[in-house]
Amino acid sequence: MKHFIRVAILVIILTVLIGFGLDKVGYMPELASVQGEAIDELFTKHIWVISFLFSLIIGFMLYSFVVFRQKPGENKDGDHFEGHTGLEIVWTIVPLAIVMYFSFLGATALAETRRADPNAYNITVVGSQWSWRFDYDDYEFSSSELRLPVDRQALLMMTSTDVIHSFWVPEFRVKQDALPGEGMERELRVTPTELGNYKVRCAEMCGTEHAYMLADVIVMEVSDFEEWVEEQQGGPSGDAAERGEVWSQQFGCQACHSTDGSERIGPTWLDLYQSTETLIDGTTVVVDDDYLYESIVDPQATIVEGYENVLMPPTGESMTEEQILDVVEYIESLSEHE
Amino acid sequence: MDENKKVKFLSLGLVRGIVFQVIGSLAGMGFVMLIRLLMGLPAWNAEPVWVGGTFVGVFTFLIGVGAFSDWFKWAKGEETSDHIEADPSQPKWAKYYNISYDHKVIGIQYGVTSIILLGMAGTFAMIFRTELAAAKLQFLDLGLFNSLIGLHGIVMIAAILLGIGAMSNYLVPLMIGASDMAFPRLNAFAYWLNAPSALLVVISLFLGGFDTGWTAYPPLSARAPLGMQMFFLGVYVIGLSSILGSLNIIVTVIRMRAPGMNYFRMPIFVWASVATSIISLTATQLIALSFQMVMFQRLFGMGFFDPANGGNVVLFQHLFWFYSHPAVYVFILPGLGMISELLPVFSRKPLFGYKWIAVSSMAIALVGFFVWAHHMFTAGMEEYLRVPFMYSTMLVAVPTGVKFFSWVGTLWRGKITFPTPMLFTLGAVSVFLLGGLTGPPNATVATDLHLHDTYWIVGHFHATMFGGFMFPFFAAFYYWYPKITGRMYSEKLGKLHFWLMFPAFYVQSLWQMYIGLLGMRRRIGDYDPALNFDNSHLVITIAGFTIFVSVLIFIYNLIKSAKQGEVAESNPWNSRSPEWQLPTPIPEHNYTDHPFKVTGEPYDYGLEGSTYITMSDK
Repeated sequence: MKHFIRVAILVIILTVLIGFGLDKVGYMPELASVQGEAIDELFTKHIWVISFLFSLIIGFMLYSFVVFRQKPGENKDGDHFEGHTGLEIVWTIVPLAIVMYFSFLGATALAETRRADPNAYNITVVGSQWSWRFDYDDYEFSSSELRLPVDRQALLMMTSTDVIHSFWVPEFRVKQDALPGEGMERELRVTPTELGNYKVRCAEMCGTEHAYMLADVIVMEVSDFEEWVEEQQGGPSGDAAERGEVWSQQFGCQACHSTDGSERIGPTWLDLYQSTETLIDGTTVVVDDDYLYESIVDPQATIVEGYENVLMPPTGESMTEEQILDVVEYIESLSEHE
Repeated sequence: MDENKKVKFLSLGLVRGIVFQVIGSLAGMGFVMLIRLLMGLPAWNAEPVWVGGTFVGVFTFLIGVGAFSDWFKWAKGEETSDHIEADPSQPKWAKYYNISYDHKVIGIQYGVTSIILLGMAGTFAMIFRTELAAAKLQFLDLGLFNSLIGLHGIVMIAAILLGIGAMSNYLVPLMIGASDMAFPRLNAFAYWLNAPSALLVVISLFLGGFDTGWTAYPPLSARAPLGMQMFFLGVYVIGLSSILGSLNIIVTVIRMRAPGMNYFRMPIFVWASVATSIISLTATQLIALSFQMVMFQRLFGMGFFDPANGGNVVLFQHLFWFYSHPAVYVFILPGLGMISELLPVFSRKPLFGYKWIAVSSMAIALVGFFVWAHHMFTAGMEEYLRVPFMYSTMLVAVPTGVKFFSWVGTLWRGKITFPTPMLFTLGAVSVFLLGGLTGPPNATVATDLHLHDTYWIVGHFHATMFGGFMFPFFAAFYYWYPKITGRMYSEKLGKLHFWLMFPAFYVQSLWQMYIGLLGMRRRIGDYDPALNFDNSHLVITIAGFTIFVSVLIFIYNLIKSAKQGEVAESNPWNSRSPEWQLPTPIPEHNYTDHPFKVTGEPYDYGLEGSTYITMSDK
């Protein structure tokens, strides 16, 4: 009996040390959504159960190592007992009850994250290799950053134009994959609670530049948000090149084409206009308006040497005629030849 | 000694096989091009030509190595001998490079191949861990990084499957008193399938690699470079090996036990081996199917997972995880069996609750079939599936818990000693405990929404793999080393191996979980410097290298001690298991000259006058 009392004390000490130790270190990032509250609460419970069970097994083991080790010179076998059916039944039933209880908690917490606000406003989140676009359906404009008013629920509809992506803002906790295909839109509800800047980080392997598939998230006061919406609704600026810059961000062009001369998957746009490029069939071409237009609408029509293995998606298909022309204008503005 | 015998290079089956594979692949490529010409297509199109050619190459490898020879002879009505006699003109080691029907030779072939692949996959990990030690890209580009993580995963999986093949092939017949496996030719065939397919998987790196990770989700895998197809093909063939190998184990255990060895008197490892084999035999088809569907989508334009053609991308994940989740129980069950096998020997006590442990392996295998969709909680499958799969997943904790409590019961009031195999066994219990306990937070859907696809998951499953396979695998190597080689390993180097690997693993795993919770995603070659993960990643990298070095020490120990180790007694651990009652080295036909009857319980340590087996020497 004295063995069990000593082990019990050891287990309690270990549990408290590990549990409070972890609490003190802090293991979660800042919490910034209503949905995350239920998740953090459940995770804290998990951590305490983990601390206890880890201490329980390790406590018994450490105690056995010290007390039941073979002493020097000793050459005996241990006590002979083959098992204990009562104990086996207990440590089958008790864990069964615990896991069923935790499953129940898990389902309740899941329901919390899915709680729908009928006044939630709609945003369609479009993932493309390797950028995000946010369509504000209620206000009919698009943005390459996600701006949300604080304390209001947003209903995010996830979709993708190519492969599977996953929407994750660690501070919001919740995560949902964005799937390509018709009828494959999936929803996620987020109610931000803290003002601040965060980032969407794609959490599903989506190809070469997956690591860099990020977008800014800005949680704002409701009044600031409304101001911003109004600004966006006023339509893009009167200058075609400025509009082109906005479109090139929203449609993900800049995931592959830099505008400052740095190297990315596709050719940089800096000084591209009026430059002379060699194609894979050996001919050369001067980059002009028509060539740029064709490259956006039908990327595979001509391929520049050095980019044989890069497959540009047919981005032009999802853009309007005006938007394409704006982007061409923008590319022109990035060049000194005019 | 053997040194003065000259080896003709081409007489080695392995060399012959590779030559045949190269020739066969080229011939196969030519054949595909011919068909394409006949169909009126241009002869060269890299993808179908490579896939068709290398598929043929796999079979020509097997012909070259001699895996088909006896079956060809049977087809011609010729008699064959049940054992291949070693060619006396060749040194003794040559048999390991040739086809052999002896399960002990095949077991060692599996084991050595496993360690080679382990080293290869570990090297991949060291390369990308070095890259990750600081933010920004240092010396890898993203494409290569992505290929390396995928290869690390799949080569490790192959290494683990081969390691399990090693343990079960070598040990199961010896433990149940059989003179060999039920189907020796099939056994050799299943082993040799792995060599050409491992080559295919590695070749993928030189054919553009693949940027999908080992899970190969379409549509990404449908548009990945040619390397993807080599990966699919390689895994496909390794899967076949796994199916055939497990069939053999099941039949051997059912049909070839010694007199008196009923199911509840078998050494406990045999139970684990059978449970594992049942999963491999019945689930592997599904990963093969899912990969084949993507292969056909790429080759023939079939739109299984192509949204533009009405395909569904989530379907792949269901098929894939229907095998790939039970597969992790394939990886860990033999390791858990190994823990149950070794604890009684080094505690000098009966295994606590033998029947409960035996049945818990079967329970894990069974429940394992009903939990696959917990990998898909955020994947966008039908929402009503999430809660039922949470309940079934949490059930796995129950039989696993039974094992832990029974292991503690086995240690309690024992006379514990701590040689290297016991250190690794106890290390396995503790590391698997960490891996097991960090599972339920991933199972309860709500918390998984945060944890999924982060480094928390990376830390969690590396802990289950190290606790459930790596540590027990090393324990097994040290434990049976004296029986296999007749010499003792170096205890000093063995302990050094353990005391480097064990703490380093805890550091690596806990730090991975920690930054995962804070927002570190899986499978990224570069991370946002604003997250301040640089120091944490440096710590993980250093811990990873420590593990790598400790494994090099292990390999050095194995090689050096085989020549210079102390000569071992025939039963240095004072074990009751039948194989230790045989002389060292074990006779070629095991128990043919040493038949035995089972007369007692396997683990009655501490019960005076009890016997497990009674051996009568002829």
